[in-house]
Amino acid sequence: MGLLDKQFSDDNIIITSADDLLNWARLSSLWQVGFGLACCAIEMMATSASHYDLDRFGVMPRPSPRQSDVIIISGTVTLKMAIRIKRLYEQMPDPKYVISMGSCSNCGGPYWEHGYHVLKGVDRVVPVDVYVPGCPPRPEALLEGVLKLQEKIRNESLVKKTA
Amino acid sequence: MKTPEEIFNSLKEKFDDKIIEFVSNLPVESFIKVAPLSLDEIALYLKDQIGFEFDSLMNLSGIDDASGEKVQNEDGSTSIVGGTLSVFYHLESTKLRHKVVLCTSAPREKPEVTSVEKVWKHADWQEREAYDMFGIIFLGHSDLRRILMPYDWEAGYPLRKDYKNPEFYKGMKVPY
Repeated sequence: MGLLDKQFSDDNIIITSADDLLNWARLSSLWQVGFGLACCAIEMMATSASHYDLDRFGVMPRPSPRQSDVIIISGTVTLKMAIRIKRLYEQMPDPKYVISMGSCSNCGGPYWEHGYHVLKGVDRVVPVDVYVPGCPPRPEALLEGVLKLQEKIRNESLVKKTA
Repeated sequence: MKTPEEIFNSLKEKFDDKIIEFVSNLPVESFIKVAPLSLDEIALYLKDQIGFEFDSLMNLSGIDDASGEKVQNEDGSTSIVGGTLSVFYHLESTKLRHKVVLCTSAPREKPEVTSVEKVWKHADWQEREAYDMFGIIFLGHSDLRRILMPYDWEAGYPLRKDYKNPEFYKGMKVPY
């Protein structure tokens, strides 16, 4: 089902469903919280920079959680930081999405056994939509994570939030 | 430029029984062992005295010697009673191009060492880290708080050999 179901001869009018329109608007301008944690953040910044250009998918860093749609947890989530991440997440307006980037925030990564200070997976404090594996993931992997999230949002409906 | 042995001999003359021994023939650098509660005056002397002029504290590290007795707890874990915790100081004189290592050991139950923060300002955070990880108390430190772990961390000092990580921290499960 495409966005444009019908088009009249007058090219100022298009007809579509509310779901499709809202989903299209949401997935096309995912503003991420300007936020990074560890080495994954460097890779995330590389993804945002001109060579990989995350902005062509409408993703750009917004330096306030209150005006953001998605938070990319890029790096090791320490117990000290987990409280702050939860707070950032709670400050974001609905609909909000979470991408967990890299082994550390997926499951604790190399700190899973002896990391006395590391939360073993950010999904213990906030709900995660897309997990991007890697240590750190290549920019292409993060791009695919963003595309997967867009795919999830495309299939959302007003009556039920699935992503 | 002085060798560690020469430095030890002149310190021994000046401070007598506050300088405990010279440990050498190690696979690593030899070091001078000093009394924990006179460390600050020895450090100040090493910094200011002409001929030593140790203007840089390259590194300050805490160590759990685990030299005490291992006691089995009811829940199967072990804790260490007695023995010592140590602090190592790696000093360098950037002017005279010589180095020396100081070591001090304090009892595990009351690990008190005098602070060298007043001597080298950058000892501030390094001592806070040694306090954070090993619970070594630096007497005379201006702001002895945890530096890496959360301020309200109650489970103890993570780099001690008998440290046990808690099950939960603020409602978050900690083990894998």
